[in-house]
Amino acid sequence: MPGKLKVRIVAGRHLPVMDRASDLTDAFVEVKFGNTTFKTDVFPKSLNPQWNSEWFKFEVDDEDLQDEPLQITVLDHDTYSANDAIGKVYIDIDPLLSNEAAAILSGWFPIYDTIHGIRGEINVMVKVDLFNDLNRFRQSSCGVKFFCTASIPKCYKAVTIHGFVEELVVNEDPEYQWIDRIRTPRASNEARQRLISLMSGELQRKIGLKVLEMGGNAVVGYLQCFDLEGESGLVVRAIGTACTLDKLSNTATSLLPPCSSPSKDLKEVPFSEDPNPVTHSSGPSTPLKNQTYSFSPSKSYSRQSSSSDTDLSLTPKTGMGSGSGGKDGGPLKTLYRQQTQSAFEHREFPFFTLTTFPPGFLVHVGGVVSARSVKLLDRIHNPDEPETRDAWWAEIRQEIKSHGKALGCHAVVGYSESTSICEEVCILSASGTAAVLNPKMLQDCSMEGCSEHRLDDTSSQGCSFCHIPYDELNMPFPAHLTYCYVCRKQKVPDVLFTTIEPPLEAAVTGKGCLIQARLCRQKKKTQGEANATAISNLLPFMEYELHTQLMNKLKLRGMNALFGLRIQITVGENMLMGLASATGVYLTALPSPGGIQIAGKTPSDSSYEQHISNMQKKINDMIIKNREIYEINPPIDDADAVEDIHSLLTDAPTPAGFYSCNTETMPGINNWTSDLQMFTSVRVFRLNNVTSLTSHGLNKAFSDLCENLLKTLYFKLRSMVPCCLCHVNFNVALPEDELIQVAVTAVAITYDKDQAQCIAKACTDRTLLKASTENEDQLQFTLELCMESQSSQSAVHFSPSKVTESGNLQQVTPATQRVVSLDKASPLTEAHTRHRSPVSCTTSTVTVVEMTPLSFIPGAKITKYLGIINMFFIRETTSLREEGGVSGFLHAFIAEVFAMVRAHVAALGGNAVVSYIMKQCVFMENPNKNQAQCLINVSGDAVNFFKDADVESASSQPQTSGLQIGNGSGDVVT
Amino acid sequence: MAVELDVFVGNTTLIDKDVYQLWLDGYSVSDAVSIRIQSGILEQSGATPDVLESDTMDHYRAFQMLERLLHSPPKLINQLLFQIPPPMQSMLIEKYYTFDEPFVREVLGKKLSKGTKKDLDDVSAKTGITLKSCRRQFDNFKRVFKVVEEMKGPLVGNIQQNFLLSDRLAGDYAAVVFFANNRFETGKKKLQYLTFEDFASCAEQLIQNWTLGAVDSMVDDMDVDLDREFLQDLKDLKVLITDKDLLDQHKSLVCTALRGKVSTFSEMEANFKTPVSMGAIHGNHQKLHYEDVPRVTVPEAS
Repeated sequence: MPGKLKVRIVAGRHLPVMDRASDLTDAFVEVKFGNTTFKTDVFPKSLNPQWNSEWFKFEVDDEDLQDEPLQITVLDHDTYSANDAIGKVYIDIDPLLSNEAAAILSGWFPIYDTIHGIRGEINVMVKVDLFNDLNRFRQSSCGVKFFCTASIPKCYKAVTIHGFVEELVVNEDPEYQWIDRIRTPRASNEARQRLISLMSGELQRKIGLKVLEMGGNAVVGYLQCFDLEGESGLVVRAIGTACTLDKLSNTATSLLPPCSSPSKDLKEVPFSEDPNPVTHSSGPSTPLKNQTYSFSPSKSYSRQSSSSDTDLSLTPKTGMGSGSGGKDGGPLKTLYRQQTQSAFEHREFPFFTLTTFPPGFLVHVGGVVSARSVKLLDRIHNPDEPETRDAWWAEIRQEIKSHGKALGCHAVVGYSESTSICEEVCILSASGTAAVLNPKMLQDCSMEGCSEHRLDDTSSQGCSFCHIPYDELNMPFPAHLTYCYVCRKQKVPDVLFTTIEPPLEAAVTGKGCLIQARLCRQKKKTQGEANATAISNLLPFMEYELHTQLMNKLKLRGMNALFGLRIQITVGENMLMGLASATGVYLTALPSPGGIQIAGKTPSDSSYEQHISNMQKKINDMIIKNREIYEINPPIDDADAVEDIHSLLTDAPTPAGFYSCNTETMPGINNWTSDLQMFTSVRVFRLNNVTSLTSHGLNKAFSDLCENLLKTLYFKLRSMVPCCLCHVNFNVALPEDELIQVAVTAVAITYDKDQAQCIAKACTDRTLLKASTENEDQLQFTLELCMESQSSQSAVHFSPSKVTESGNLQQVTPATQRVVSLDKASPLTEAHTRHRSPVSCTTSTVTVVEMTPLSFIPGAKITKYLGIINMFFIRETTSLREEGGVSGFLHAFIAEVFAMVRAHVAALGGNAVVSYIMKQCVFMENPNKNQAQCLINVSGDAVNFFKDADVESASSQPQTSGLQIGNGSGDVVT
Repeated sequence: MAVELDVFVGNTTLIDKDVYQLWLDGYSVSDAVSIRIQSGILEQSGATPDVLESDTMDHYRAFQMLERLLHSPPKLINQLLFQIPPPMQSMLIEKYYTFDEPFVREVLGKKLSKGTKKDLDDVSAKTGITLKSCRRQFDNFKRVFKVVEEMKGPLVGNIQQNFLLSDRLAGDYAAVVFFANNRFETGKKKLQYLTFEDFASCAEQLIQNWTLGAVDSMVDDMDVDLDREFLQDLKDLKVLITDKDLLDQHKSLVCTALRGKVSTFSEMEANFKTPVSMGAIHGNHQKLHYEDVPRVTVPEAS
C-alpha cells in the first residue's frame, strides 16, 4: 500500500438542465479509482451545486497510480428511473507522482460527455501521499519524468543522455468487441477512452522502468502514438530518449556544462525554487569537468536484459573504456572516431528522439535516413500479443541503423516513427538523421576531455556539423564535395537534409522558409497480398519524386539545406499521398545552390522552345526574387538539369510580413515578442471521380489544397504581421475513397522587425560568447538572487488583473469562493453580495493558458515543468445537422479539446503547454444517418512561465539593476 | 474538388470586429462576404474570395457558439470553452447588447410579448434593419427585462451585474425596462420627434425621483414601478387639463417661482405646457401619456 490518493469534490457550475419540469438538476458525483467508488450527496435543484465533500481516500499501489486514471462522473439523481449521466472528467494523476511536481491538483474541469460535449464544469481537488518504496523488484516507476519536449527541458541540465527507449502495448479495441453491438455509443466511447488512458499509463510505467534500469530519471522527446488497427486491435506505442536530468539551480557545484560553448546555458537562466540556493563554485571550469561524468552508474546495464520484455533496447555490455586519448593533433580525428564508434557499437539502437542538443553534443551530420515497410494486419498470428509488432519495428530500426552506418555515422538523431493504416494494410515508417555524436555525454563512455580543443574550434565557427562524417573516397552516394565555406579545411556536401532543428551554433545566411513537396499516386483497389505488393512497389518512386521536388524547390529559393524534414506517406483505398515538409535555409558553410535549367524533351519544336525559355526566365526571376525575400546574397554559379517543373512555380509566395517554417525557430529571426497564437485547422476535400483524373491533375489538386490552406492561414492571422508561422505541422489522412483530410497545427508568433538585425548579429558573435564564459559562474549566482527578490516582490504588490501569475491565482480563487458560499448561506446577505459581486464577475476565475507546439515561450522563462499532458477524446453525434454540420461539429470538438487541456494545465498550477502536438485527428461521418464521430489525441508539457517583462520590472534592486534579459536570445550581459 | 469541412480553431479565439458587426446586423454569410469584398479587403490582403468565404464561415460558426454564452454574460466571463482576452469579452458583450435607434423607437413601451415579436417583420420592413437583427434586439430586451423584473435593488446596478454592460448601455436598458413595465406609449404621432435619448433621460429622472425606490430603497420592484402616492397626487392634477384657467394660473405660479433661477427661462416660458397630461389613468394599469416631459425635468435637474 504505497500510496494514498485523496479527492475532494467542491462544486459545480453551469450544469445542464436535466429535469425539464423544474428546469433544474439534482446533481451528485461518483469518484472512481480502480475498483473503488465514492459518492457525494445529492445537491438538489441547482445548476451550480456546492457539494463541499469530504476528502475521499483511496489506498492504492503505486503501480495502479501510474496506470489508472481518476474517473469523476457527474450524474443527475432520479428517484424513479435510472440516474442520468451528465458527463465525466478523467484526470491523469501521474504529474502528482513526481517529487518535484505540483503537490495538489485543483481547479475547474469541464464535464465532458462523448455525445453532448462539454456540459458545465466541476471543481475538484486531488492530492497524493506517496510512501517511499525501496523494493527493487517493484513494477512501478513513479518519479521518472516524461517530457514531450525534444530537447533538454529549459530548467534542467543533462548529466547523461542514455539513449533510446521504446515500448508497445496491445489490446482489443472495445469498438470491435461483440458487446459493442448491444451497448450504447456512449458506453462504447467511454470504454475506449478509459482503455486508452489505462494503456498509456501502463506504457509510461513500463518505459519508466526501463529508464530506471538504465540509470536515468527522465524521458525527453517522448512520443506516444495510437494505432487503431481495427479488428486486430488497438496499439499504443511510444519512443523516447532516456536521460539523467538535474535541476539547473542545484547542480552548479558538481556539474558544469560539459562543453565550453556557453550559448545554450546562457539561455537557460537558472530559476531557483530552493529558498536557500547552493552557493556556486566559481573556480575554473576544467578541473570540475572531470567530475562531471565520474559518477555515472555503469552497472545499471546488467539488470536490463532480465526484465526487458521486448529485448529491443540496449543489450548489456561490459568492459568499455578505450582510455583517454592522446592530446596531440595528428591522429586525433581517427582516434576520436574510434572512440565514438566504440561508444555506440554495443547499443542495439543508438537512436535519439531529440531534435535540439546540448552544445557540443552533435559533431557531424550525415543526412536523412528513413525506412518503410508494408505489413498486413490480418496476418498477425497472435493479435493480442505485442511480439509481432515488436518484430516489425525491430526490423525497421535495424534498417535505419544500417543506413546510418553507411553514412559513416554511429547514431541517429531526430528519430521518429509513424504508421498509416487503411483497412488491413499498414505502412510503418521511421526516419531520422544520421549523425556523429560526442560520446562524452553518454553514460557508458569513460573517457574524458579527448579532442576537446579541436572540437571547440570548429563548433564555435558554426560549421563543424556540416562536415561530412563519411569517407571521402568511399562515399555512400554521389555528391559534390567542396571545402567548407567557413573554415576552408573540411569537406562539406552541396546540400544537407536533416530531421533536426537547426543547431544553435549553425551559421545561417538570411532567413528560412517552409518547403513542401506534395505527391498523390493512384493505385488499384485490391485486397491483401496484392494490395501490399502494389504499395511496396509504389513507395520507392514516391520517395524519389518527393526528394526531387524538395531539391528543386530548395534550389528555387536559393537555399542549400533542409531542417525538420518530415515525410508522411498516407495510404488510402485507391490512393497514396506523400507530403514532405521541411524548413529550407542557406547554410553559410555549404556551397551556393545551383540554378535550375530546363532540358526540353523535343528541342526541335520552336514553340515548345519558346515555352521553355519563358519558363527558364521565370525560374531565374523567381530564384532572384526569393533570394531577396529571404535575404540571401551568395555568389552564384549554375549547373543542373530537370524536367517537369510546373509545380515549382505554382507555389504562391508567402504574403509580405509573413514567414513560415516547420522547425521551432526561424533561422534569422531572433526577437520574438510574446504575442503568440496556436491554432489547428482541419479541411476535408472531396475529389470527384478520382479515376478520371490524371496523376498530374491529382498532384495539382493536392498541391492547390495545401496552398489554399496556407493562404487562409495567412489571411486569418494578418493582424499579427510581422509574424512567423512556426512548427507548421501538416497531417494528411484519407478517411474514405475520395476524401482527403488535411490537419495543420502551428503557432504564429509576432516578431519585432526593427531589432531583428542587431540581435541576430549579437547571437552569432563568437567573441561575445567567449567573453561571457568567464563570467558564467558569477552570473548564475547573481541571477538567482535576482529571481528570488523578484518572487518575493511579486507577492507583495501584484495587481489582481493579472491572472497569469500563480501567486495571483491563489489569491483570486478563494475570494470568489467566499462570495459564492455567502450567497448560499443566508438569503439576507444576498443584496449585499450582489453589490460586491461585480468585482468577482469581471475578474474571471479562468487562468489564461498559452499553448504552443514549440518547446519554449518567446519572451518568457519557463520556471517549472509540471508534468506531461496526454489526452485522448472521442466525440460522437447523432444530430450532425443540428450541430452545424461536419464543420460545426469538429469546430466545437477542437475547441473543447483545447479547453480541457487548458483546464488540466491550470489545475496543475501551470499557465502554458509547450511542445503541444495533435497526434491524431480521426474523423468519420455518415451524413445520411446524420452521424459523425471524431477521435483526437493530443499531448504536451504543462509548464509555468514568467514573462521577461514581469521579471525585469520586478528586479529593481540595486545589485540586479544591471541585468538585462534579452527578449529572444536570452543573452545576459552584466 | 469540393470542400466538405473547413475549420480553424485558435487557442485564443480569433475575433474580427467587422465580421462580428456583420453577423450582429443579421447578414447571411454570402451577403457578409460581398460586403467585405466591397470594403476592399481583398486588395489589402491579397486574398481570394474563397479564402474570404472560409474565414467568414469560421467566424459565423464561432459567433453562433458564443451566442449561447452571450445570453448570460457572466457565463461568458467564467466559461472554459473559448479563451478570449477580457477586453475582447467586453467588446463582444457590449456590441451584442447594443441596439439600433430606429428599432428601439418602434418597440419602446410595448409589451415584450410573443405578439410583439410576431410583428417584428413589420418593424424590419419599416426600419430597414434585418429581421434577424430585430429578433436579437427584441430578445435582448426581453431577456434583460425578465432577469431584472423581480429583482430588488437599483435597476441600473442589477442590469450591470447580470449583463456586465457599460454604464451608458445599462442606463439605456433601464429605460427600456422601465418603459416596457409601465407601458408608456411612445409611438404616438406627437412624440415622433423625440429620440430614444430623450426618453432615456426622462426615464432616468422618473426612476430617480418618482418610483418606489426613490421613496424606500429596500422594496421589491423599487425602480420599475411608480410610487403609488405620487400617482394619486397626479390624479389630482387632472383638473389642470380640464380647466383652462387653472392651467394658466399654474403656469404663472411656476414662472414666478422659477424666474431668475433658470437660465433658459424665456425659452421655457414660451414652451410651457402641462407637465403631464393624463388622458387616462386606469386604476392599477397606469397608462400615462407624457408630453414634453424632458422640458419639465429641466428645472428640476438644474
